[in-house]
Amino acid sequence: MRAIEPEYIVMPNTLFTEMPAASIQPAASKIITTDVKAYFGKTQALKGISLHIPENKVVAIIGPSGCGKSTYLRCINRMHEVAGGTISGSILFDGENIFDYDPVQLRRRIGMIFQKPNPFPTMSIFDNVAAGLRLNGRASKKELAEIVERSLRQAALWDEVKDSLNRSGVSLSGGQQQRLCIARTLAVNPEVILMDEPASALDPISTAKIEELIFKLRENYTIVIVTHNMQQAARVSDYTAFLYMGELVEYGDTKNIFTKPSIKQTEEYITGRFG
Amino acid sequence: MSSLCILSVLVAVVPLFLVIYYTLSQGIGALNLDFFIKMPKPVGESGGGMANALVGTAILIGLGSIIGLPVSILAGIYLAENGDNTFGAIVRFFADVLSGIPSIVVGVVAYMLVVLPMKGFSAIAGGVALGILMIPTATRTTEEMIRLVPHSLREAALALGIPQWKTMLRIVLPVALKGITTGILLAIARAAGETAPLLFTALGNRFWSTEINHPIASLTVFIYDYAKAPFEDWNRQAWAAAFVLILLIVIVNVIFRFATRDRYESNRT
Repeated sequence: MRAIEPEYIVMPNTLFTEMPAASIQPAASKIITTDVKAYFGKTQALKGISLHIPENKVVAIIGPSGCGKSTYLRCINRMHEVAGGTISGSILFDGENIFDYDPVQLRRRIGMIFQKPNPFPTMSIFDNVAAGLRLNGRASKKELAEIVERSLRQAALWDEVKDSLNRSGVSLSGGQQQRLCIARTLAVNPEVILMDEPASALDPISTAKIEELIFKLRENYTIVIVTHNMQQAARVSDYTAFLYMGELVEYGDTKNIFTKPSIKQTEEYITGRFG
Repeated sequence: MSSLCILSVLVAVVPLFLVIYYTLSQGIGALNLDFFIKMPKPVGESGGGMANALVGTAILIGLGSIIGLPVSILAGIYLAENGDNTFGAIVRFFADVLSGIPSIVVGVVAYMLVVLPMKGFSAIAGGVALGILMIPTATRTTEEMIRLVPHSLREAALALGIPQWKTMLRIVLPVALKGITTGILLAIARAAGETAPLLFTALGNRFWSTEINHPIASLTVFIYDYAKAPFEDWNRQAWAAAFVLILLIVIVNVIFRFATRDRYESNRT
């Protein structure tokens, strides 16, 4: 496996050139990761990932199973540490080092959607969406109701559940549960949403709904989505990063990555010759 | 094979029904309103009841729960969350050993710890003994039940920016609550049925007392005293007390189940 130095990566967009963080407009890069290495005990899962994630765009991370794409995602909101992993390198969020943050505060600004829908089983639909705010001890009853409605509308679930907000969250279908989880994340009003294969456990119709949602959400949020499904990456993302065995192989405009990738490995993966 | 299973079920269940039937049939003669509201009569007089023992048992269980359950639940949470190390293994090992220790030994410990320093038998000493008896079962069940809660729920909560302690308290514990309740009930039921550790801690009392620093009556000690007494009247009352004890445990069970029932029908899928 050939290590690829950042300067060899073709960066069609100036956003991705290796400029020092300070010279980048805040509106340009929401998250800048430099040489991020992640470990599980002695096993190295990421071998130095440097990426700029632009604001209000969708960045897809693709790659074969075990390439470290989920691990990379979980470094950004420091969930990697919860699982007992360690990280080195720097991750800047709005120009600030995320390791200077209290992880709890950081996660309120960087939300996460998981592969399997995971609504809280002891809570109603309403309580699920309100959980983040309620357990952080802010917002009055009236505010809460407004935020819950707004979040459910944003997640395109309101019309389906508005008459049954007191039903259990787990009584919904899988696709609805996932949108409920998205609403729950939106309610905390994050700036970035990390999605770890959000549609891989869902049927095609629910998947289409989630993709539609991602398309809408990018107006207000920065989204990083990990996916196995290359068509999905091509459909929803503005930029695509291809990871292989813990290394970044290529990163660029989604159109370019899928039509004329500059690195042979990317092409082979996209055309299905390996992975 | 299935007939063998049915047979096994019968073997398991029949003794239970026999116990209930036998205690009821033997004690029914003494089961009346007086039994619940009257005090024991002096030797030689017939009639009377066990009001003080009923209240005493309730107080002893209450004291035991206050002493034992918080420790158990916190220890269970600790073992589930941070117990994957040598210290956790040691705590777990001792909890398992403690659950197998004869209850009379726990009684001796409570005698040394409470009765001797206080220079007298007392309800609080009985409560300490029962509390210690509750700890192993309740701790291990709490741990197991918390471990059963899917990790994804914890992650979901943490990813929302909910602090770890709130995640445990408001997300994980409610999910595990039903199982934990079952464990606590087992612990309470065991404590309620203990006689040996009460003999030299709470001692027993033929008079009305609700003070926790004085000897206190309990159903089990009454059963012990009355069953070996040479009076038929007392023997009958012992049977009745045994039946009431079983009934008490059933009632506690039902109340706990009701309090921790599923709020959502659909959860039972």
